Amino acid sequence: MAGGVPAAAAPQGRATPAQARAGWWLSAPALVLLAVGATGPLIVIVIYAFLAKGSYSGVEWELSFDAWFQVLFQRDIFDDTVSFADAHLAIFWRSVKLSVLTTALAFAVGLPTAWFIATRPAAQRTWWLFAITIPFWTNLLIRTFAIMEVIRNGGLMNSALIALGVIETPIQILYTDTAVLIGMVYVYLPLMVLPLYAAVERFDMTLLEAAHDLYASRLQALRRVVLPVIRPGIVAGSILVFVPSLGAYVTPRILGGGKNMMIGNFIELQFGQGRNWPLGAALSLILLVIVLTALLTLTRLTERNDGR
Amino acid sequence: MRLTTLTSALALCATGALAQGQLNIYNWGNYTSPEMIEKFEAETGIDVTITDYDSNDTALAKIEAGGHGFDIVVPTHSVLPVWIEKGLLQKPGIPEMENYGNIAERWRTVDWDPGREWSVPWQWGTTGVAVNTSVYDGDPNTSAIWLDPPEELVGKVNVVPEMQDVINLALLYVGGTPCSADREELRAARDVLVAAKPKWMSMDYGMTEKLGNGDVSASVNWNGSTFRARNTNPDVVYGYPREGYVVWMDNAAILADAQNVDEAKAFLNFIMAPENAAMISGFARYANGIEGSEAFMPEDMRTAPEIVVPEDLQDAGVFTLACPGETNEMYSAIWTELLR
Repeated sequence: MAGGVPAAAAPQGRATPAQARAGWWLSAPALVLLAVGATGPLIVIVIYAFLAKGSYSGVEWELSFDAWFQVLFQRDIFDDTVSFADAHLAIFWRSVKLSVLTTALAFAVGLPTAWFIATRPAAQRTWWLFAITIPFWTNLLIRTFAIMEVIRNGGLMNSALIALGVIETPIQILYTDTAVLIGMVYVYLPLMVLPLYAAVERFDMTLLEAAHDLYASRLQALRRVVLPVIRPGIVAGSILVFVPSLGAYVTPRILGGGKNMMIGNFIELQFGQGRNWPLGAALSLILLVIVLTALLTLTRLTERNDGR
Repeated sequence: MRLTTLTSALALCATGALAQGQLNIYNWGNYTSPEMIEKFEAETGIDVTITDYDSNDTALAKIEAGGHGFDIVVPTHSVLPVWIEKGLLQKPGIPEMENYGNIAERWRTVDWDPGREWSVPWQWGTTGVAVNTSVYDGDPNTSAIWLDPPEELVGKVNVVPEMQDVINLALLYVGGTPCSADREELRAARDVLVAAKPKWMSMDYGMTEKLGNGDVSASVNWNGSTFRARNTNPDVVYGYPREGYVVWMDNAAILADAQNVDEAKAFLNFIMAPENAAMISGFARYANGIEGSEAFMPEDMRTAPEIVVPEDLQDAGVFTLACPGETNEMYSAIWTELLR
C-alpha cells in the first residue's frame, strides 16, 4: 500500500520525497478512517470476548473465558451439569446451510438471467440491467415486508392457491426456514446477476461455435467451455451473495419470527435481551472467521483458474 | 439580495422550530395514540419523535448501552425499580405537577414507586392468552394453550418476547408464585417452557395485526392488543388463565440523561389530564390510571371482555412485584436458555 500511493501521486518516474510525503498526507484521511472505523470496533470486540459478563448487561473488567466455553457448552442453571450446546450449533448450521442454499439458488436463477441480458442487442442491455437494479430503489425492510405479504397465510400466494382449488388450507411458510430462504434469494439475486452478466458479456460466443463444431453436446459446452471461462464472475457473485447471507439480520428477523434465528440475530440477542455481551463478542469473532474462510476458499478458486 | 432574504427567512424558521423544542419518546411498539401526540404537538409546539421497543429487556439493554438520545421511556412496574436502582431515571417533581391530583388513589401509592416521585401511570392491563376460535374452540382460559398446546394449535402459537410475563405465567402454571426464590419452582417453570418451545411458531411482538389477519392462531398476549385484534377479526378471544395471569402497569418516566427535560415534564403533565389519558386508552385499548378518563373513552371500553374480567377468574390475577436481584438473575438465565 505504501508504495502504491506515492506512485499514483507521481505517474512519471520515481516520486521525490516531497511528493511521497504529499501522497501520504493525501491518503491519511482514508487510512485514519479505516484504522479507526474498522480496526477500533474490532479491537473492542476482541477484548469483550475475553471479559466476564455484567449482571444486567455490559462487561466486568476481569479476564474470563466463559464466553468461549458457552459457545460450545451449556451449564445447567439448576444442577450445574455441563452438556454440549447443540442449540448454538443448530443456529450456526442453519446459517451456513441457508447461505449456501441462497447462493446456489441465486446462481441457478441468476445465470440464465445474465445470459439472456448479455445476448440481447447492445442497446437493449442497458435497459435490462436497469430493470435488475429497480429493487434497490426500495428499502430492504419494505421489500422484506412485501415478501411477508406474499407468503403469509392470508397472503397473495395462499389465497391464489386456495382460489384455484390447489390447496384447502393455507401452507405455513411464514416463520419457517423456507420463508427466510425465499426472502434472502429475492434480496441478494441482483448481486449475483450483475457480476455474472459482466463475465458472460465478455464471453466470446465463437468459443461456443467451436465447441459445437468439435461435437460437444449442449451440456458439455456449458460445463467444459462456458462455466470455466465465466468462473471469475461466478466467484464474485457467490462472494457477494454468500457473505451478506451469513450475516443476514433483517430477513430472518422478520420472516423467521424470532425463533428461527441465524447467527446475526443470535449475536444481536446477546447484546440485547440475552445480556451476555462477551458471548455476543465471541460469536461475532466466530462469524468473522467463517466469513474469512469462505472468502479465502472462493478467491483461491479464481486464482486456480487464472493460473491455467 | 433576494437570496439573502430567503436564507435569513429560512434560518429564522429553523431557529423558530428549535426554540419550540423536541421530545424523543421511547415506548412499546403500536402503543402510543397518534391523535394524542398530534394534540400535544398542536398545544405545545413541541416536535415529538417516537421510537419502538418490543420488550422491557430490549429497552433496558438499549438505554444502558448509552447514546440513545431518548427523553421518555415507559417501563413496566415490575422492572421500574431496576431502572431507578441503576440510576437511569430522574425525579422530575411529579407530585408538584398541575395534573398530579388526577392519578387514581389505587395507582398513586404503589410499591414500585411510592408517592409517584419517578413515574406517571401510562396504562395497565393483564397478560393472558389470545386464541383464534376458528382454529381452536376449546376453553381459552388456561396457559395450556401455549405451554401444552392442543393439537390444533401446535406450530401455530406465538409467545411475546417479554421475559417477566412469560416466566411469571409459566411459574403460575406449574403451581409456583411469581418472583419465587424456590429453585424447584423455577426449575419446573424452566422445564415446562423448554419442553413447550418446539411447539411454538414464533417469539414475536406485534400480535395486534398478526392475530387479526390470521398469521398467528394463538399467542401469549396482552388484553388491549387482543381487544384491537378482535376488532378486525371477531374470531379472536382473550383468555384469562385460571392457573394464574399477570396484572401489570406501564409507567412513563424521564431518563436521567434526557436532553429535553422541560418538554418531557410537559408531556408527563399532559398525559395525566383525563381527556388525554382517554386518548391513550382509546387507541391501545388498555385501562389507564387517571381518574375521570372513563367519561372520554369509547363506549365499548366499558363492556369489552378483554377489560372486564369474568367474576370467577378475578382471583387468578396476580399483581407481580419487582423480583429481588437474585431471582432476576435466575429469570435471565432461564430466559437466555429459552431463547437460544
